[in-house]
Amino acid sequence: MTTQLRGTDVVIVGMGAAGGVAALPLAEAGLSVVGLEAGTWLDQRDFAPDEIRNNYRDWPMLVKKAEQERPTSRATSATRANQIGGHPMMNAVGGTTLHYWAQSWRLNPWDFQVVTETTARYGASRIPYGSTVEDWPFGYDELEPYYDRVEREVGISGQAGNVRGRINSRGNRFEGPRERDFPMPPLRWTAFHDRMAEAARSLGWSPFPGPAAINSEAYQNRPGCGYHGFCNKGGCPINAKNATHITTIPRAVDTGNLTVITRAHVTTLEVGSDGRVTGVNYVVGSNEYFQPAQVVLVASYTYENVRMLLLSKSRAYPDGLSNNHGQVGRHYFSHHQGAGVGAFFPYDLNSWYGLPAQGVAVDDWADDNFDHADLGFIGGGNLWIMSDRRPISAANMGTYGQSRNWGSAWKRFIHENSDRTHGSYIQKTTLPYEDNYLDLDPTVTDPLGLPVIRITGQFKDNERAIAGFMQDKMEDWYREAGAIEINRGGLGNTMGASTHAYGGTRMGDDPETNVVDRWGFSHEAPNLGVLGASVMGTSGARNPTLTSQALAWRTAAHLVESWRDIAE
Amino acid sequence: MTDSNGRRPAISRRDLLRTAGAAGAAALVPGAVAAATEVTPATASPEVAGQGPVGSALPAETAPFVARALTNLTAREAEILSAMVDRLIPSDEMGPGALDAGVLRYIDRALSEAESDAADAYRAGLAALDTYSRYTRGGPFIDLSTVDQDSVLIDVQIGAATGAGVGFVGGSGSFFNMVKSHTWQGMFGDPEYGGNVNFAGWDLLDYPGVRLGVSPQDQRDLEAGQLEPVRRSAYDYGMFE
Ligand SMILES: Cc1cc2nc3c(=O)[nH]c(=O)nc-3n(C[C@H](O)[C@H](O)[C@H](O)COP(=O)(O)OP(=O)(O)OC[C@H]3O[C@@H](n4cnc5c(N)ncnc54)[C@H](O)[C@@H]3O)c2cc1C
Repeated sequence: MTTQLRGTDVVIVGMGAAGGVAALPLAEAGLSVVGLEAGTWLDQRDFAPDEIRNNYRDWPMLVKKAEQERPTSRATSATRANQIGGHPMMNAVGGTTLHYWAQSWRLNPWDFQVVTETTARYGASRIPYGSTVEDWPFGYDELEPYYDRVEREVGISGQAGNVRGRINSRGNRFEGPRERDFPMPPLRWTAFHDRMAEAARSLGWSPFPGPAAINSEAYQNRPGCGYHGFCNKGGCPINAKNATHITTIPRAVDTGNLTVITRAHVTTLEVGSDGRVTGVNYVVGSNEYFQPAQVVLVASYTYENVRMLLLSKSRAYPDGLSNNHGQVGRHYFSHHQGAGVGAFFPYDLNSWYGLPAQGVAVDDWADDNFDHADLGFIGGGNLWIMSDRRPISAANMGTYGQSRNWGSAWKRFIHENSDRTHGSYIQKTTLPYEDNYLDLDPTVTDPLGLPVIRITGQFKDNERAIAGFMQDKMEDWYREAGAIEINRGGLGNTMGASTHAYGGTRMGDDPETNVVDRWGFSHEAPNLGVLGASVMGTSGARNPTLTSQALAWRTAAHLVESWRDIAE
Repeated sequence: MTDSNGRRPAISRRDLLRTAGAAGAAALVPGAVAAATEVTPATASPEVAGQGPVGSALPAETAPFVARALTNLTAREAEILSAMVDRLIPSDEMGPGALDAGVLRYIDRALSEAESDAADAYRAGLAALDTYSRYTRGGPFIDLSTVDQDSVLIDVQIGAATGAGVGFVGGSGSFFNMVKSHTWQGMFGDPEYGGNVNFAGWDLLDYPGVRLGVSPQDQRDLEAGQLEPVRRSAYDYGMFE
């Protein structure tokens, strides 16, 4: 028996990074919003600095939905897909922002115009073979006001490098112009960061502190960061990490216009004979509900956004909602974050206390910030030196051939060296390709019996070439700072389930190649909006969340302005 | 059931564990955590554990572990596992080893909680380790010399412990990696889980300890080698109960 609920203006499916931001402008505009969230509320008391729980076990989430519907993956359609590895997305109010690293980057102007820029500078033949990359339907300038707004509403710390065209070499001189400074100064550096910055400068590069959704000082009545060292997959016990459950969501609730329903697992969207969405079906335990709505925004992360559309079949959309052009699931890519570089130093780094969002960035080799005329690829990567060390992971460090990794000799080794390794984090341009896509797995299902997502995806020549190039740069940087041993990860092959998953409901003007329009609303079902990186057509060399949030705000603002056209 | 808005009601960590299953709550039986929590920050100066190798400030509870059956393993299995983790992180002039640090208790408890799926792999792997020792070194693992034990463990680690009837499921390397990974968690993880007794693991690494706030001055002190280590479990900070 399905319980029919009273209708509402807007339903948002998922109260995470993107949905949790979109709720605020909608609620402030006076629209009645229901936020359906599969997880529960968690708070600072749940966030003990406990490495076993955060990094080796399951964390305190009460609902483990993401874990039970891990996508299967395979490199190409010629192979079988397997469900391998975990899937660390969070199910809770605030979504994955509760335990994410909180690096909060804007994309660079180039990322919005890859096709045009590449063609103009190097010729059309330099777009990699088989790539389906398109320019975004608008440029960086169009998104800038929303970046600016979200940086203030959520709270981002950082050092500006370009304020209205004025370059400040303490920040990122390659960034697009911003209207004003960050609302907070950057997180502090340690002596090791200073040393790495010095090494970068002696290589002729431009190091700068990265942006973070973490308070560097008191902001919005919450304290500055405590640098306790458990931020990686840990929630913040002092509320200095600006997850949406303590920023935009409570402010939206306080308007009286947002109702958050927890433990609400949305399964499908319903459609009327006119092709418009009428509401969503959800289950709480064994109870089933139908929530009617004028407008539905899906914000349940890339894999679930795509799955939900594909599962919502109707007369109007026999192959899944908004999929009459066969574009749902296409143009999928996951950020190439692998192909890391490790370094071993002859001195202590003193990096027990810090966080992955604290550190030194170098953008000289990102995007099109350097000449690619004689290189075999387009795009590049952002080099990132962070602090992230905890006891168990430190004790698991590689021994660089100096000892077996157990026994008495190892004990001596680790006593000496536990604080002397570093692993870089290099994010690289990743493009969509014709044969990388998402669909429903033919055999593997979740506990409700619904098929999980199947990823068919492989890093291609362009991505692998960038990876090798960036590893060289990283090695140069480490050596300059005195590293005595270096190791490198493989260049990457199969795309497994990722925390930076893009595409599947791409945004663009052409309905033949895109699911949503320039505002994030479906080309086919006009009152369906999509939030999150599933609408993004390029990744840049940056983590996705701030861009997802800026886009979510923009979609919500557009809905408020165009309410009549979209909802009625 | 649908708790709307109003945030969630105060849920204590104990409630969370209860929800997660009765097994989780077992971790909080007072007696079981005593060894970890009786070391107050005041007495847990780094010298305590650094004082001497084995035998000094070790809680009585750890020593008899070898002979006793654990909740999830028989006495025989516990003996083999003890001998193995004792070679992975031996007690020596660098300080206490895995056994002193309560790693066996950590693993046994984990097998009742988060790692319950691994119980069969332990049972099969420990039996196979013993069989392999008999076949190739002429005796049960626990009776081998430490040199032979190490060479057996190297075979197991690199996946070379094969042969008809040995019985490693899915290769000996995966058994080794599982035990090593749990041993490291027990040695270097929060003492709340029954391991890292007297902060032996954190002392070995010179880890300066769990703090909720680290000031710029603390960081400078750390860099100058002058930051006093804190020796307390995360759960000694009252807010997480
Ligand atoms: C360890 C880690 C570190 C990261 N670090 C960074 C970083 O430093 N910088 C960065 O930019 N990004 C980072 N990310 C990625 C970042 O977390 C994601 O980009 C972001 O959270 C995605 O936003 P979202 O709103 O699409 O999804 P989420 O934030 O995951 O929110 C989705 C919400 O939808 C809910 N939901 C899912 N399915 C349903 C359903 N069927 N019904 C109802 N509710 C549902 C979920 O419970 C969840 O609350 C990191 C991720 C991880 C795991």
